[in-house]
Order: sequence, then C-alpha cells, then structure tokens
Amino acid sequence: MKELSLNILDIAKNSVKAGADTVEIALTETEDQLEIRISDNGCGMTPEFLASVTDPFTTTRTTRKVGLGIPLFKLASEQTGGTFHIESRDQAAHPKDHGTVTAATFMKNHLDFTPLGDVISSVVTLIQADPDIRWVYTHTMPGKEVRLDTNELKAVLGDVPLNIPEVIAWITDYLREQYETA
Amino acid sequence: MKSLAELQAIREKMQNKVVMREGSGDVRVVVGMATCGIAAGARPVLNTFVEEVNKQNLSDKVTVTQTGCIGICQFEPVVEVYEAGKEKVTYVKMTAEKAKEVVEKHLKGGKVVEDYVIKNI
Repeated sequence: MKELSLNILDIAKNSVKAGADTVEIALTETEDQLEIRISDNGCGMTPEFLASVTDPFTTTRTTRKVGLGIPLFKLASEQTGGTFHIESRDQAAHPKDHGTVTAATFMKNHLDFTPLGDVISSVVTLIQADPDIRWVYTHTMPGKEVRLDTNELKAVLGDVPLNIPEVIAWITDYLREQYETA
Repeated sequence: MKSLAELQAIREKMQNKVVMREGSGDVRVVVGMATCGIAAGARPVLNTFVEEVNKQNLSDKVTVTQTGCIGICQFEPVVEVYEAGKEKVTYVKMTAEKAKEVVEKHLKGGKVVEDYVIKNI
C-alpha cells in the first residue's frame, strides 16, 4: 500500500463485513508517533480465528485463499519500529459486548514510514459505500483535532442518504476545511 | 466555513427530488474495493466515477457502488458496468483518467470503451 490511508480503508472494510453498525477510526499523532485505531461493534472473531488473523493464509474472502489486509497493516507498522495489536470479542461468547479493535503505532521519523496520504478520500469512500453505518472519525494532532460523526449529519439530513453526491462533496470540504484551519 | 445549515439546504432540495429518483438508476457502476483493488489504485478510480457522474448530471441514471474481490486481482482496479437489458461490461487496469473517459464515452455517450475491456469473465 502506498499510503497508510489505504490500509485504513482496507481494514475498516473488515468492520463493514463484520456487520458493525458503528465504526470508529481514531488517529492520534504526536511529534514522532502516529497511532491508528479502528474499532467496531461487529460480530467479532473467535479466539481461534483471531490467533491466525495476521497469517496471510487466513482470510474471509471467497475468491481465493489469501488475505493480505491485516498482514500488510501489521508490516507497515512494524517496519517503522511500531507495534500492532488486535483484540476481538465474538458475538457468540459476548452477545452484549462484541466487536474488534485493530490498532497500530508508527514511528514517523523512521525511513520506512509510509505517509498517511489522502485520509479524507478514504473516509469519504467508506461513507459512500455504507452510509447507514455510523462512522466516527477523529484525527488528533498536536494543537489540532479533526472530527466527523455521521450521526450528527444524519440528524440534519433526515431521510436523505449520506452518499448522494451533494452530501459526499460537503463531507469532503468539511474535513478539508478542518485540516486547513487551526 | 462549511456549516450544518448547508446540509439542511441539501435536504430541502433533495426532498423534492427523491420521488423522481425512485425506479431510475438503470446503470450501475461497481468498483472492486478489496485489498487487491485498493492496493492497485481503486480509490481514486471510484472517487473519479462519483465526481464525474455528478458533474455530468448523470446521477439520476447512474449509481456508483463498491464491491469486494471480483477474483481477477491481477487486473485490478476492476470496474463493472451493469445496464438493464445489456451484457455486463468489465473494465480492467483502470485509472482515474480512464474512469473519466468511461464516464464521458460510455455512461454519457453510450459507447463502450473497448480498449479497457476484458472479455468473457
């Protein structure tokens, strides 16, 4: 992946596939470190599946037997000296409190740090595909925070879907402005 | 600054249009967005389709959606165009530039861009 924002897009798609109705993407940046945390309330994974999930030969895809999403994300983090962590509670064992958290840290000054890239584009792409999910996006940087909660937009929009072109354009500008100001 | 009041305005505008939209959308553009597609550059392709369809005023007729792995990862980014009463068209190795061209020539002009098509899958 050429940008970490593409890994974010890819990993968040797992949350969609897990049937989550809320997905939180939280980026926390300090001077020299970036943490990416994707949390959902989807069906979760059994401890057995979870144990094998960083193995490329574990996948939920049906078209072939290789799944590279999580291994690539893990690699991107560890090649900078960062850490990768995934935890999950499966629906069968935890009917009231299930979901998955995938988190990775990145050392920004490391030679092998992949740039974050166009994260706005990834967030918008996720909303475009699954407008009924509640997407909560936060990016905390030193002295600045960018925030989007699609529930707040839905409260204004009512029945109008989030993924009509006019709203998608609004969301893009809304995020862009937050990055540009403050 | 972007304000929620603008969203309110979009809502009011749309409420008059919603009825019109029902039953239309006879063309469906589907972009493969699994790990393979994303890594190969599907995100800008998808976003270009969304933007161009809107810009060319085709959004009453054309819907742009995403799907998982189509199964031909080596040809990603893959885009499928479904049109009522016609055979599915599969575009391969797409880029944002090619996407623009497909919107212009195929979705708007009705002529398949054969150079980017893969046959029989």
